[in-house]
Amino acid sequence: MGIIKASRLIFDYIRRDEEENIEEIDRAIDGLSVDVEKGTFVAILGHNGSGKSTLAKQINGILTPTEGTVWVCGMDTSDESKIWEIRKRTGMVFQNPDNQIIANVVEEDVGFGPENIGVPTEDIWTRVNESLEAVGMTAYRYKSPNKLSGGQKQRVAIAGVMAMRPECIVLDEPTAMLDPNGRREVIRTVRKLNRQEGITVLLITHYMEEAVQADRVIVMDDGKIVMDGTPREIFSRVDELKSYRLDVPQVTELAYELRKAGVNLPEGILSQEELLESLVPLLQAAV
Amino acid sequence: MSIRVEHLTFIYNQGTALEQRALDDVSFEIPNGQFVGLIGHTGSGKSTLIQHLNGLIRPTSGTIFYDGTDIYSEGYSLRQLRSKVGLVFQYPEHQLFEVDVFSDVCYGPKNLGLSQEEIKSRAEDALRSVGMKEKYWDQSPFELSGGQKRRVAIAGVLAMNPEVLILDEPTAGLDPRGRDEILDEIKSLHEEKGMTIILVSHSMEDMARYASRLIVMNHGKKAFDGTPKEVFEHYKELEAMGLAAPQVTYIAHELRERGIPVDKDITTVEEARDAILRLLGK
Repeated sequence: MGIIKASRLIFDYIRRDEEENIEEIDRAIDGLSVDVEKGTFVAILGHNGSGKSTLAKQINGILTPTEGTVWVCGMDTSDESKIWEIRKRTGMVFQNPDNQIIANVVEEDVGFGPENIGVPTEDIWTRVNESLEAVGMTAYRYKSPNKLSGGQKQRVAIAGVMAMRPECIVLDEPTAMLDPNGRREVIRTVRKLNRQEGITVLLITHYMEEAVQADRVIVMDDGKIVMDGTPREIFSRVDELKSYRLDVPQVTELAYELRKAGVNLPEGILSQEELLESLVPLLQAAV
Repeated sequence: MSIRVEHLTFIYNQGTALEQRALDDVSFEIPNGQFVGLIGHTGSGKSTLIQHLNGLIRPTSGTIFYDGTDIYSEGYSLRQLRSKVGLVFQYPEHQLFEVDVFSDVCYGPKNLGLSQEEIKSRAEDALRSVGMKEKYWDQSPFELSGGQKRRVAIAGVLAMNPEVLILDEPTAGLDPRGRDEILDEIKSLHEEKGMTIILVSHSMEDMARYASRLIVMNHGKKAFDGTPKEVFEHYKELEAMGLAAPQVTYIAHELRERGIPVDKDITTVEEARDAILRLLGK
């Protein structure tokens, strides 16, 4: 069993009227099973309403299954006695940085989590130092979070999660509100934590360019997993992705269009370098 | 219905330790019916700029002319200006509040003191032009999906019958198909109703596809102003500003550097495909 495992997970949002009678049941996750190996960088794609965020909230027990089971580091999220332990092991980062920062000084914000679980003061400072270093924000430790850019605020939010020494971080569209620079900063940071610290990452995103950098891509639709594979496997299925309201990076789309027109390129090109490598010889031969 | 901005400067907290120059001597003119993309990194002055365009903030110095008249001159009705220049903020769905979709869209025109029929017909038009089907009109806006909520919020601004529509990142947080749908609807408002559009976006790919002119803001100054093709040729300078060009523009430049005579002003996948196929003789 991997660090995160879900087995036949079902989750219903239930709406009740004033007398507590059930008015409507909305099945957000519908019989989903998944197993994530420790240390993997997983990107989760899917259109708005496909169940991605509901799944993310299952992973640190903000929501618990209606049916089926979710295990995090071997602990069942439905077991209430384990919930705090689960939350220490899995941190979450959300879309809007302004909703996640609470202190007036960066270093205090990062120390807030460990302080709350009773970590001794000296250890808190060690953790704050390490976490700020890990996200490259040490230079800003005495600054007010209000003065930071969106990308920097998200990195502080990530540092706050890191200070809890988690094994896994779940990021729910962390770059949706950022400009291109901020987006790059955040993704670079997440990748570094994954590669260097071995943190398992679950990244929910609508940006296909970000998913390309993952080890594994999962596509959700209607509360189910409909595609699951390496970025190359997933992004070579352009038409299928589009049928799930998704897209592919421009490079991949261009390569796909050229292939359709009979140009001899390999399937599933993901980067500019790959495209140039295959395309340049063809063009040089032609001109 | 042109908008003319002359030497616009805006300083936050002037005279205090927190003084910050958000706009620094910005000038441009947007003629009637143009589709303008406004880009710049966070903090470059985009949002401050668009808030000036419908008179929400007063400049520290400089002037804005709407249709030839100074909007800050005495007796000029800013209230009227705001019904002509519609501003859709970021995450506009947070501003929905009515019990059903239709009433929410009616709220603006109702405040203009129009007749019942006029209000109704404007709301219907607005909802149709953002692609909201009639079956949703009686529903609570809070039960809709993210993309639909955003459409309702945009319809609320459209129901004011603006001549100019300014949208601050209308596609943030939407899935790729949702982004395309909203942008296509904005494009058809531009084409069918001749509405002037000012679109703020971080997606260079979308800018290349939809805008006919790009204004680039950097540190409160206008850095570039031209067609997307002209602006994206400066991709290196754009990068230094924390921006970028569309991916295919980079590919075109890389090909040229390797001696392949592809056009250097490629900004969309279609253009890149056609140019490459032409060279390959297909």
